Amino acid sequence: MTNTDWPLWEVFVRSRRGLSHTHAGSLHAPDAELALRNARDLYTRRGEGVSIWVVPATAITASSPDEKDPFFEPAADKPYRHPTFYEIPEGVKHL
Amino acid sequence: MATAAAHRTARTKADGAPDTAVDTAAYQHAFDTAVAADERIEPRDWMPDAYRATLVRQIAQHAHSEIIGMQPEANWITRAPSLRRKAILMAKVQDEAGHGLYLYSAAETLGTGRDELLDKLHSGRQKYSSIFNYPTLTWADVGAIGWLVDGAAITNQVPLCRCSYGPYARAMVRICKEESFHQRQGYELLLALSNGTPEQHAMAQDAVNRWWWPSLMMFGPPDDESQHSAQSMEWKIKRHSNDELRQRFVDICVPQAESLGLTLPDPDLQWNEEQGHHDFGAIDWTEFWEVLKGNGPCNEQRITQRRRAHDEGAWVREAAAAYAAKHTGTTGGTGETRA
Amino acid sequence: MTATAPATAALALGDDALVLSHRLGEWAGHAPVLEEEVALANIALDLLGQARVLLSMAGDEDELAYLREERAFRNLQLVEQPNGDFAHTIARQLYFSTYQQLLYTELAAGDGPFAPLAAKAVKEVAYHRDHAEQWTLRLGDGTELSQERMQQACDALWRFTGEMFQPVEGLDADWADMETRWLESMTDVLGRATLTVPEGPRSGAWSAGAGRQGLHTEPFGRMLAEMQHLHRSHPGASW
Repeated sequence: MTNTDWPLWEVFVRSRRGLSHTHAGSLHAPDAELALRNARDLYTRRGEGVSIWVVPATAITASSPDEKDPFFEPAADKPYRHPTFYEIPEGVKHL
Repeated sequence: MATAAAHRTARTKADGAPDTAVDTAAYQHAFDTAVAADERIEPRDWMPDAYRATLVRQIAQHAHSEIIGMQPEANWITRAPSLRRKAILMAKVQDEAGHGLYLYSAAETLGTGRDELLDKLHSGRQKYSSIFNYPTLTWADVGAIGWLVDGAAITNQVPLCRCSYGPYARAMVRICKEESFHQRQGYELLLALSNGTPEQHAMAQDAVNRWWWPSLMMFGPPDDESQHSAQSMEWKIKRHSNDELRQRFVDICVPQAESLGLTLPDPDLQWNEEQGHHDFGAIDWTEFWEVLKGNGPCNEQRITQRRRAHDEGAWVREAAAAYAAKHTGTTGGTGETRA
Repeated sequence: MTATAPATAALALGDDALVLSHRLGEWAGHAPVLEEEVALANIALDLLGQARVLLSMAGDEDELAYLREERAFRNLQLVEQPNGDFAHTIARQLYFSTYQQLLYTELAAGDGPFAPLAAKAVKEVAYHRDHAEQWTLRLGDGTELSQERMQQACDALWRFTGEMFQPVEGLDADWADMETRWLESMTDVLGRATLTVPEGPRSGAWSAGAGRQGLHTEPFGRMLAEMQHLHRSHPGASW
């Protein structure tokens, strides 16, 4: 028997022009074309979007929570990357 | 929303690791700390097996309730008495299918595929809310469901937006936002009937009489008889007790019923000044347990229709899968959610 | 154009949309997969929206929907046909939405009373047609069983398709040209779906042709009985 267990797709929706696509949820569809249409019906039926991406769930590679520390902690001690790190004399403009 | 894809490695983690008792303790500690700090647990985080199982059971039951819950209302789509009401009802039943889909997606992030959950529903191994085993006998029942059943559901669901499991909480935020119209349309529908002809008014009162008590049962058994409550509260899957939410619901409904010009069918219902709440009569828990066991008026009918739709649709799903296999290089892969 | 021509046309188009929306609404809770529950309801809601605008151009929408007798309805016989299996529903959608897209595109381009509605509806209808085409391809070129069912459905409904191109009073359109383009479109889609364009008659004996004059098929009476009974049971009531 043919497999009826349609694959899973992740859906990303651009809510309006000028914003990036954000993850909205997931759904099942047999192929990309129907995934796109199902996403339109399911995730934008109240006018929530102007553009949709669908991605096969299997195509996503995610970082592991176990690697959280080596991945993300080193970035936490580099305050000099942030503008608030620097003291500028009062009255200096356009900085 | 964390992707459902992400859980695949999490599954390996949860199944395979941790290797030693020391690791387990460390993982458990990290989990407990996160929950205590009101942080969200995300799909790939380590979580206790029982937490995962509880969530799957609860989210699945919730999803099943959405899709079985389509039936009693869909029963009136073809007979809706005005085109405006027909559009509203169709949109509402459609939302319920959508909410079922959001929730199955949330369950999927825990490593349980939708097909597996539907199998369990169809074979009676997983439940849905007992309220949908009551029949919709008149048009006013559509209003009573919106006002009381959706009202009770919202009372239950709003706290779930802060549930400790991220994907479930996010699905609930979306659902609660969309459901706000469901309750209002029900109330408006009943108001039109209550202010209408004597026959319409009687129809509305009859519906409220039949739906009031089952709605109170939707909050589940009393706290001292509730199996899963204590642990779920500790895990912050649940935020308030059954009795607490039930009381909140009664207090909300009493003035709303007055504005409707309808009475709630409980002679013991009265304001308790001292408590600052309404006292209400005893709930017939025998009826609750009977319906739960499968002996409600519509249990058989609901599950039979659901199973038939699924079975009769198999050839359509197979056709689409076969077409995809012939025509596309890119498929999402099959069965990946079971990994 | 006679004084009543817009009303006649509004009823024809409005009844098509109303009746097809009702049929699609019957799928609620019975669709082959949850995603299709959402998709079919979307189409039904679009059509119901169109119906309400169109009927309101001819009178009171609820009076027209709920208080007319069967013989006063002006819809095509195609749209009143029962849902059948999913293949029948898809074939009906393919035939009708392709026709509706051609017609509304013409109406939207004109300056008649239906231009504003058509301009909005044509976008909805384009999506309906796409949905039908996608499923025609999948059922036609899916499994052996689905191909057989889709072919049967296309064959069974074929005789209801000639009626669509009878000119409707009050609608300014090139009906013969629309029919040619409709047939081209069917040949294209059915061909890609590995289906055969049906050979049965589309006009004359054994084919539909009088829905616009108020003659309908047996299932329509039962559909109306269900649709109208509650409204008619409470004369003058508001809902």
